[in-house]
Amino acid sequence: MKRIKEIYLMIGVLILVFTIGFANLDYYHNESALKADAVLEEPFDKMMAVLTHKRCVNCHPAGDTPLQGEDSHLHNFDVVRGEDDHGLAGYTCSTCHSNENNFYSGVPGAPHWAVAPREMAWEGKTRIEIAQQMMDPSRNGGRSHEDVMKHLTEHELVLWAWEPGVDDEGVPREKPPVSKEEYITAVKEWIASGAVIPAE
Amino acid sequence: MKISFIVNGENRSVEVDGNTPLLWVIRDGLDLKGTKFGCGKAACGACTIHVDGQAVRSCSYPVKMAEGKAITTIEGLSKDGQLHPVQQAWKEEVVPQCGYCQPGFMMATAAMLDKIPNPTDEDIDDNIINVCRCATYYRMRKAIHRAAVLNSENS
Repeated sequence: MKRIKEIYLMIGVLILVFTIGFANLDYYHNESALKADAVLEEPFDKMMAVLTHKRCVNCHPAGDTPLQGEDSHLHNFDVVRGEDDHGLAGYTCSTCHSNENNFYSGVPGAPHWAVAPREMAWEGKTRIEIAQQMMDPSRNGGRSHEDVMKHLTEHELVLWAWEPGVDDEGVPREKPPVSKEEYITAVKEWIASGAVIPAE
Repeated sequence: MKISFIVNGENRSVEVDGNTPLLWVIRDGLDLKGTKFGCGKAACGACTIHVDGQAVRSCSYPVKMAEGKAITTIEGLSKDGQLHPVQQAWKEEVVPQCGYCQPGFMMATAAMLDKIPNPTDEDIDDNIINVCRCATYYRMRKAIHRAAVLNSENS
């Protein structure tokens, strides 16, 4: 009898554990969805939601190969950054990428198409680390806050993120989770208020 | 729209939708069939030409961007009846098999040699990434080294 009670107790505990576990599993599986749906109130949050998006990080790789596509795989065809971040002498970025998206081939394009310098790598970094690097003149190409603001809100390659064109199968590329107008407003507000980077 | 440019040293104009890939303007509008269509997505390099001396994959290059520029196709690689060193080397090493990809390879090679006159095997691996289904790569490598020698003898 006692043994049966122990068995029932164990079954009950197992049911409880699985129930709670699966509930949490749903939470973790949906965490990214929750984050995507989360309300971004602070200008910093809106700005970083864009700057951590693949449309931006794909061209701020940690290594010598840019990232590509919705899954941020290494760029096909052995493309590398080269000495000046514009490809190799005989195989530059502009061999395939022009100043605008190409809807026939699916090759994206924008003025100044290139990889960000190695010291401006964002791949694998937290949003705080990215913000710190971005606002550090020793690591951002000597840019002042004003320069950074202009770059983030006016540079054609940055703004390309909202007109990313289609891939080689005609599928539109995903845009950042914040509209261009909201993003620009958020960047200006954040910098105007002192460009304070939160602790986390 | 009317677009004017220089093709193989000759002034040419076309009346065409500006977004038309330069590849098709070259092949169908100007009847220069040497430049080939391979993939249409800038992946294979068969369509490689020169725009102002730079290698460009013409399947992904809208003709409107060629306005006022100097375009060189495989037909224009030789000058005054003299084969370009790349063409001469290709001939000496008997590179082509079916031949379809070869114009693109030669144009890519010519552009590379302008920047890297004496390429190492690593330079060749990094800079010449066109696709050849007949796998003539080993002959191409020999031809590229030979073309570099011919280039230096000519200059």
